[in-house]
Amino acid sequence: MADATAQTAPTTPARPGRFKEFWRYFRENKGAVVGLYIFAAFLLLALFAGLIAPHDPLVQYRSATLVPPAWQEGGTWSYILGTDPLGRDMLSRLLYGARYSFVVGVVVVILASTGGILLGLISGFAPKWLDTFIMRLMDIILSFPALLLALVLVAILGPSLVNAMIAIAIAYQPHYVRLTRAAVIAERSKDYVISAKVAGARLPRLMFITVLPNCLAPIIVQAALSFSNAILDVAALGFLGMGAQPPTPEWGTMLAEAREFILRAWWVVTFPGLAILITVIAINLMGDGLRDALDPKLKRS
Amino acid sequence: MLRYLLSKLLTFVPTFLGVTLVSFAFIRVLPGDPIIVMAGERGLTEERYAELQAQFGFDRPLYVQFWDYLTGVLQGDLGESFVTKKPVWDEFFSLFPATLELSIVAIILATALGIPAGVIAAMYRGKFFDRALMSSALVGYSMPIFWWALLLIIVFSGNLGWTPVSGRIDLLYFFPDVTGFMLIDSLLSGQKGAFASAVSHLVLPSIVLATIPLAVIARQTRSAMLEVLSEDYIRTARAKGLAPVRVNGLHALRNAMIPVVTVIGLSVGMLLAGAILTETIFSWPGIGKWMLDSIFRRDYPVVQGGLLLVAGFVMVVNLIVDLLYGLINPKIRKR
Repeated sequence: MADATAQTAPTTPARPGRFKEFWRYFRENKGAVVGLYIFAAFLLLALFAGLIAPHDPLVQYRSATLVPPAWQEGGTWSYILGTDPLGRDMLSRLLYGARYSFVVGVVVVILASTGGILLGLISGFAPKWLDTFIMRLMDIILSFPALLLALVLVAILGPSLVNAMIAIAIAYQPHYVRLTRAAVIAERSKDYVISAKVAGARLPRLMFITVLPNCLAPIIVQAALSFSNAILDVAALGFLGMGAQPPTPEWGTMLAEAREFILRAWWVVTFPGLAILITVIAINLMGDGLRDALDPKLKRS
Repeated sequence: MLRYLLSKLLTFVPTFLGVTLVSFAFIRVLPGDPIIVMAGERGLTEERYAELQAQFGFDRPLYVQFWDYLTGVLQGDLGESFVTKKPVWDEFFSLFPATLELSIVAIILATALGIPAGVIAAMYRGKFFDRALMSSALVGYSMPIFWWALLLIIVFSGNLGWTPVSGRIDLLYFFPDVTGFMLIDSLLSGQKGAFASAVSHLVLPSIVLATIPLAVIARQTRSAMLEVLSEDYIRTARAKGLAPVRVNGLHALRNAMIPVVTVIGLSVGMLLAGAILTETIFSWPGIGKWMLDSIFRRDYPVVQGGLLLVAGFVMVVNLIVDLLYGLINPKIRKR
């Protein structure tokens, strides 16, 4: 056991250096930094939506339906981005919508990655039959297009935002299982793992403390990717009427409600989609930066 | 190669059984009793209910039901739609050409634009073209395509009036289904304007469906090209004095194509998922819209059968891609 602690001891003081090194690489990618700023702004807007929003997102101003944005003729500064067909303030709804998108991203990533990492670790360390069984199970999930699988699952569980998140997380899980398993198999035969085993580390310790930290790089990149995909897919489910239900100001649901007005009121359609697009672009930019900074294969020497 | 083929086929069988089991299980756990749903508002007497249960076999043990379902699937019997009373298998294959046509046009569009874009970006790495193309690609694969579709409708159907909003062809034209592909059938019919009408209906949906694959192919081509361009044999080819077109086109692109072909093959699942949204927005009478409608109507046999056939299709395409990949790249077979 003394040997194993000696092995892990030097890495502890190296941690801050590791983050610094990561930040140096991440900062080199200007797009990633821009993405990070936009994401931070999105996060702040979501957090403080209650303070910033000029109106209650659910209140219907019946005398002011389909008011155009302020800068257009007929617009007024009390509804900066206009109002929707029911007279609700677009800007306030969009700000509250950021909350839903953020929660969706976080919850889906946490659900999919915890399950996926656990199964991937088990698969990587398990005897061959269990490994094969888990991987076939993942193949089965992967055979269904993610959105279709989510649609059917939501139909079973009942349409709601929570069920949409669970369904999407199940559909994304196999990617984490495969990534973790591949990384575990690559690490398992390395000297430091064998020495930890010889020193008497038990399987759980071996899995979670010795091997897992060294497999995290591809998983973090995947997390960024599935964060943005989750926002897109949950919005798509909302758009199809199988995600968040009206009057929730979720961006996809807002688009679904606005659909019949597309030729009369461009703003009710344009802004929610733009909000989704900008958020997803920002997260994907960050994801590219993370990949450049964490993937040793692409690291400039 | 034979061993590789057999090992791939061996993993195919259990996965297919699993997919069948999953789609079978879905219908048993869906909320709401399918028979009550079928009866609608008229309601049912107890006897009639039991009779129907016996007729659909819902009163038998689950494993017997699964066995029946599985043997039915293998014979092409997926049950009948509750709504139309037609066999699910027939409905699927009468709608499938519409989805296939849309997907094929989309993937051709994505490949024809994506590969040149990726090659150009790689050749001008870090320069203006590279930045412009890769920024567009980033926007492309971040795009909520249902919103993108609405924007295109606003501009091209609403403001400019160039393209129709829904369907596959104007109602003016009527001709027999020969291939199921509207582009080909309209040409075969020889009716004036039919082909143009089919094309104008296809333009917007195929652009929408192609957007994400296009962006993914462009990015993949660029990174594969960059990797290949740094290889020694490229330097040798340049040192020999070969024309840049020959180096980039012949030497580099050919080797860079291997990962790109895989990406194209694997985007089938992506296309089918995209087809659900695209077909719904453009009222395109294909598999995606059919599945979504059936989910809303709680038409269980259709949901079950459609899910199975879609997954089966994705699996077969992935198997073919795997086999082709093994054929192109002998290193893979060894594993």
